[in-house]
Amino acid sequence: MKSAVVQLPGLNRDRDMIAALTKISGKAPVTIWQTETDIPDVDLIVIPGGFSYGDYLRCGAIAARMPVMQAIKAKAEAGVKVLGVCNGFQILVEAGLLPGALMRNASLKFVCKEIKLEVVNANTDFSRAYEQGQIIRCPVAHHDGNYFADAETLATIEGNGQVVFRYAAGTNPNGSMNDIAGIVNAGGNVLGMMPHPENLIEAAHGGSDGRGLFASALDVIAA
Amino acid sequence: MINARVTVTLKNGVLDPQGKAIEGALGALGFDGIGHVRQGKVFDLQIDTADKAKAEAEVKAMCEKLLANTVIENYTISFP
Repeated sequence: MKSAVVQLPGLNRDRDMIAALTKISGKAPVTIWQTETDIPDVDLIVIPGGFSYGDYLRCGAIAARMPVMQAIKAKAEAGVKVLGVCNGFQILVEAGLLPGALMRNASLKFVCKEIKLEVVNANTDFSRAYEQGQIIRCPVAHHDGNYFADAETLATIEGNGQVVFRYAAGTNPNGSMNDIAGIVNAGGNVLGMMPHPENLIEAAHGGSDGRGLFASALDVIAA
Repeated sequence: MINARVTVTLKNGVLDPQGKAIEGALGALGFDGIGHVRQGKVFDLQIDTADKAKAEAEVKAMCEKLLANTVIENYTISFP
């Protein structure tokens, strides 16, 4: 499985993401710079976290309208897997690749801590290394992770099993509706999530609960 | 040259924690009876045309495509 990591001005979790993908797949991902519109032939495109374009206007709004995102959108429509973490999730909703919006945390505070996630749907390309209902540890670090969708959209994504990760009871750090932490698109090949699984993949991180997500997406689940 | 002003506000029913915090601060300053404070954004821009209808259509397109996130925000256009 070949992967790629998008690099945009202001994104700062790209190195962590490159390290995680390299360690888990055994192959370094290629990188995609903001001006590129010819996306290499890969199986997984990852948009990492950070503060693209200074979070100006709305988090992810500027990045979502760059030509590189149009090219990624075309790839997603062709079935290529796309993962957006943190600012990457914000970019995906702003680009219309995922439904809803990410608003300022209800506490108005930047939250940087470890939370627990419930794997609500273990039957996706991004979560099959986990057990249905499994509770995993995961770090979060964001100011605008408060997931919002109108009632109709919320009912649709809940009904379709598009909610993949929920903040486990009592750990919702941002006021997200229905404790939503990560969702997939209707096609199941685009996942956005606020928590940072790339920061919990090995003993040096204090745990490896995030590994399963990459093992699923990169198709390297141990038999 | 036409001057336009775009005002972007949160839709009804969308939680606005910043508005709530501002409302609390107004209360702390002694302003009584203040409710439903909502924070928004204002964009002023100039369009190089004399055709107001064309300018309005263009600004509307800008709002739909970038200035507002219509999932959570409404916008109004005025020509001050």
